[in-house]
Amino acid sequence: MGIYTSLESVKEEAFRCVRCGNCQAVCPIYKETKKEAGVARGKISLASAILNGDLEMTKGLSDRFLLCTTCMACVYNCPNTIRSDKIILAARAFAARKKGLHPIKKIVFKALKLQRVFDFGMKVGSSYQVIALKKIEDRNNCTRMRVDIGLGDKVFPNLAPQTFRSQYPTVVKVDNPKMRVGYFTGCMANYFYTDIGKAVVEVLTENGVEVVIPPEQGCCGIPASVNGDVKNSRDMARRNLDAFEKMGVDAVVVSCSSGGTAWKHVYSELLEDDPKYKALADKWGQISYDINEFLVKIVPFKKEGLGKLDKRVTYHDPCHLNRGQGISEEPREIIKSIPGVKLVEMKEPGRCCGMAGSFCIVYPEMSEKIGARKVADIAQTYCDTVATACPACRLQITSGIVNAGLERDVVHVVQLLAESYRKGKSKD
Amino acid sequence: MFTKEVLNELIKILGKERVLSEKEDLVTYSFDGTAAVESTMPDVVVMPGSTEQVVEIVKIAKKNNIPIYPRGSGTNLSGGAIPINKGIVLSMVQMNKILEMDPENLCAWVEPGVIIQELNKEAEKHGLIYPPDPGTVLTATMAGSVSECSGGLRGLKYGVTKHYVMGMELVLATGEVIKWGGKTVKNVSGYDLTALFTGSEGTLGIITKLLMKLIPAPESRKSMLAVYDDLDKAGNTISAIIRNKVIPATMEIMDNVTIRTVEEFTHCGLPLEAEAVLLIEVDGYEEVVKREAPLVEKICNQYGAVEIRVANTEEEREAIWFARRNALPSLGQVKPATVLEDATVPRSNIPAMIKAIRKIAKKYDLFIATYGHAGDGNLHPTIVIDPTNEDEVDRMHKAVEEIFHEALALGGTLSGEHGIGIGKIKFLSLEFGDAGVDVLRRIKEALDPDYLLNPGKMVKLPKN
Repeated sequence: MGIYTSLESVKEEAFRCVRCGNCQAVCPIYKETKKEAGVARGKISLASAILNGDLEMTKGLSDRFLLCTTCMACVYNCPNTIRSDKIILAARAFAARKKGLHPIKKIVFKALKLQRVFDFGMKVGSSYQVIALKKIEDRNNCTRMRVDIGLGDKVFPNLAPQTFRSQYPTVVKVDNPKMRVGYFTGCMANYFYTDIGKAVVEVLTENGVEVVIPPEQGCCGIPASVNGDVKNSRDMARRNLDAFEKMGVDAVVVSCSSGGTAWKHVYSELLEDDPKYKALADKWGQISYDINEFLVKIVPFKKEGLGKLDKRVTYHDPCHLNRGQGISEEPREIIKSIPGVKLVEMKEPGRCCGMAGSFCIVYPEMSEKIGARKVADIAQTYCDTVATACPACRLQITSGIVNAGLERDVVHVVQLLAESYRKGKSKD
Repeated sequence: MFTKEVLNELIKILGKERVLSEKEDLVTYSFDGTAAVESTMPDVVVMPGSTEQVVEIVKIAKKNNIPIYPRGSGTNLSGGAIPINKGIVLSMVQMNKILEMDPENLCAWVEPGVIIQELNKEAEKHGLIYPPDPGTVLTATMAGSVSECSGGLRGLKYGVTKHYVMGMELVLATGEVIKWGGKTVKNVSGYDLTALFTGSEGTLGIITKLLMKLIPAPESRKSMLAVYDDLDKAGNTISAIIRNKVIPATMEIMDNVTIRTVEEFTHCGLPLEAEAVLLIEVDGYEEVVKREAPLVEKICNQYGAVEIRVANTEEEREAIWFARRNALPSLGQVKPATVLEDATVPRSNIPAMIKAIRKIAKKYDLFIATYGHAGDGNLHPTIVIDPTNEDEVDRMHKAVEEIFHEALALGGTLSGEHGIGIGKIKFLSLEFGDAGVDVLRRIKEALDPDYLLNPGKMVKLPKN
């Protein structure tokens, strides 16, 4: 029994909490609300109360467990390294079992699962988005809702007229490949930020890696799993495992941090009661890499041929890449190796940007407040470019920057690298 | 009595956002940082934003005879913030502004919910520091820290919280507001109420503003670690350093049990066989540090240290303090609950106290690690237990009681920095007799005759 099927499975972990309150120092939610239910120790006490039979699962309780960006800062600041993130996820799954999912979430997760329907919806959406979304003048790929549907002033990217995956063949060949990898695009790079996907393919092929883009891949399942929708997230996990298994590639490369944690950790946990797929998840988990990690550790990216980019860059650590996968040096190494680029660290690069997937839809005001702190830290670096390694963080930071009236490019690290290779070529 | 009407009145004053009455919130205010004590849910949690709102809350509480429990970040270790008789938890964390920095008079006015580290950050901009640094410096609030009179690692040279409180604004149990003390160094007008309220654990009044003293930041510092194969040699070193007129900013000790545990969990290179290590830091003007650091090193050698590591770089300093900072976290890995005591003795009696604790650990078959602030005699015998093991919990209580007796016999005190709260009330008469305990009661009743403010802490509740 794992965290997605049993609250009891985190009982021992929850009872290890000594309630010292150290999590208060780093929790982005607590910083805003100053309420104990916002911070890990409060949520752990609530989970413990359920486990002790002192509390029933209620909607109010479920809401409190959802009020968390799962940024894992508390886990890393905990003297006893208690996995509060797992306790919270277990409580959310428990809430979903007891109380059911929010009806809108139910529809969305179902749609994410029905790949073709979703694809079609997004395609139609891209043609008609102008009805709902208004382009922001002078900003590239930035729109706002014409009518506020409760999401505040969030700035969105446009739905791409053509999805990333439909723009590429299944196999992007290179001569004498060093390796053949499968690229897990994730929804953000497929439907919105196709420029990230393009950069991934460009950089990988530039480094002699053959890129396979399995056509049957879909949503990573994380939006569903973090909300406790175990059934749908399991189906999505299985589909992705099948899609890659079919293609016979040497490794999975991922360019979003949620997707990375899905392949490395979550699939194996989700599917632990399913021996066949658990074995598959374990196998693929071992050979899944974030693009930054892949380019530094697996197939070291070539430094020759990098053109000079005149940029002052600050780097934001995505929570699920930094704390979730232990990757923070690799993206910096890439940025620093680009000629002409100066990396300027912001005050708390590892502080959550407040996006947290569906969190920003459920708690838009909180998401915006947390994002504003990130933007203030960015502004103090006087950079011209913000690099990050997750398209969701990119969306949130872009929104914050546009709303603050600042001028900054917000890009994925791999885009900088691709740009540098291009620049290197144009000189020749 | 708490009623629906009271709740509505509170909402009228504070607004819905600042009044928490759902069980899903109340559970999270039923405890603080104290291990192995019962938790109790309050009836309501209120989060005032101003002194005026605090006054209104007190008036409502008084009219309806409902207890009030002032609370900061809820990190204390003596049960001080637990609402043991239900009632109103008064969370002060939203009053968290630094109101005024006054570098000329070396002080700052702050609101009660300012986090200690925030004051430090602000002071740093003026080349000043606020020296008290309890382990919770990143989380604890100023008023919580003043109410518990917390200490920390720098007590020997810089003193503790009470040495930095120059004045305060309080709301009394009557709802009246008083302001005491001020920016002058000298002030003998009336009784020293500032001193009385400091460390009063929220039982006499509710702090709504604080005037805190700041001091110039030391220019330079040097840390070292000395290893001993014998506790007495470490003890003699401590005495000899002081006898030689050196007052280190910090002088910490860890016993063998602590050393082994820290090493097991962090692999930071502590010698497993050592009976004690001392961690010492001197600070001040560069000239002073250059004179004192070699002298301390020499004394450590002279008194039998088997190994001395002097930090020559910031990284090496970090490495030395890493071990100390990881004492409690490492102990937390041994068993789920860590009962952290703070019995304190004159520093000359530290070896005797550590040995006594060892005997007690053996007698009750408990895992007790001892470490703490050797320079000021404040030890932290830390008992790690499994709270579900009733027999072990029972033995823990007995051992704690014996530790108290031992500390008092050695001329010490029940609590150096954690406070009396609920756990240690019954031992107070051991320290200053029934008459002494009765003085506490009379002071309490003079200021709060109806036991509205944090009842049952420090002073026992009257029988009926």
